[in-house]
Amino acid sequence: MSLASRGFRPQHRAPAGEQARLPPGQHLTGGFPVLSAGPTPRTPLEEWTFSITQAGQVKKSWTWAEFRALPSQAVTADIHCVTRWSKFDTEWRGVPVDRLLVEAAGDAPYVMAFCDGGYTTNLPVADVTGGRAWIAYGYDGGPLDPEHGGPARLLVPHLYFWKSAKWVRGLDLRETDEPGFWERYGYHIYGDPWKQQRYAGD
Amino acid sequence: METTAIRGRLNWQAARVISVSWETASVATIELEPPDWAGHRAGQHVDVRLTAEDGYTAERSYSIASAPGEPLAITVERLEDGEVSPYLAGELRAGDELELRGPIGGYFVWGPSDGGPLTLLAGGSGVVPLRSMLRHRVSTRSGAQARLLYSARGWEDVIYRDELGQYGDGIRVSYTLTRSHPPGWTGHTGRIDSALLAEVAWPAGANPLAYICGPTSFVEAAAAGLVGLGYPPERVKTERFGATGGR
Repeated sequence: MSLASRGFRPQHRAPAGEQARLPPGQHLTGGFPVLSAGPTPRTPLEEWTFSITQAGQVKKSWTWAEFRALPSQAVTADIHCVTRWSKFDTEWRGVPVDRLLVEAAGDAPYVMAFCDGGYTTNLPVADVTGGRAWIAYGYDGGPLDPEHGGPARLLVPHLYFWKSAKWVRGLDLRETDEPGFWERYGYHIYGDPWKQQRYAGD
Repeated sequence: METTAIRGRLNWQAARVISVSWETASVATIELEPPDWAGHRAGQHVDVRLTAEDGYTAERSYSIASAPGEPLAITVERLEDGEVSPYLAGELRAGDELELRGPIGGYFVWGPSDGGPLTLLAGGSGVVPLRSMLRHRVSTRSGAQARLLYSARGWEDVIYRDELGQYGDGIRVSYTLTRSHPPGWTGHTGRIDSALLAEVAWPAGANPLAYICGPTSFVEAAAAGLVGLGYPPERVKTERFGATGGR
């Protein structure tokens, strides 16, 4: 039950047709805000690899050229940041995580995405398979800018966007669901925007 | 790294507005009294929720401006195209109630045990969480030496101007003004760059800890600049707000 705010006159109410697409507590933005915990890493593409690992072993690794040679998909998705902005119809290009896990013959209930700069985030494998997650390297018809996570980021649009880890370098298959970077600092372990799972306990 | 255990669920609560005071023509500090508040750490934020008569709600996050141990305060810049900030810095009055929950965030925080020396880089209202850290440093008598570089559009846009001018031993404050400066201005002008950082920030050899807060373009330039000066990326903590004024 919310308290009415005396004298509050909304300015940015989404049009009726868009409200159903906007999770609770979110507002639409036309821009693409940047939120990161540290400096933007810049790994040269010749040093870049993407790896599927498990129990300390590399099950499969791709160079940038090998990765870019994999079949990719165009993805149009609404994205929702825990800091409350949402952006509709963002256009990406990336490799489905399904394909990468199949090639790596990887199987486990959870993954920890790991990234340049030390960022990590945890997800159930069920949320990164079934055509619901990509390693995206293209945005809006061009390459993905470094400040938005380029050369490649995880894209899991059905969860809050901190789960779509920038500068991703691989997925570590895990038997247990351990908290990643923001999850250790009090953010929700799963992060469903439709349930407003922003912080631990939500 | 120290992590914050959040105690159960963070519930929304109606805080009483104690005072609204103006820092600049468009920036207000709002002192609040929440009924259930176990304290906060310097650098954390709160979520604020406004509710219209018909039940429509708008939520935003704001950095906490006060130091741990002080009454809760947020400092809000009024963004003319914003939805929540024009209400907070414009309509809200002492005696009103404001729904909030927090404190939130455990990464962009500083306490005496984190040590120093501190390089603090602020762009515009990004000074707010850094001011909480400076006040905390003073109130705890921490020995961490601090250098704040504050980038503002003009001298009239500088938030906490009197307070920042009064810090003494161990805290050095520098300004760079990006759009206009008063006659006789002897401080820095223009946007932050490597040469300015090399002049005002702690050298990397001092093993400084850096906190950067501001708009994205500022934070990108400042963080890349410090890394270029030899700061290890893991000693550079950043907090950004988007061009759309989400914070």
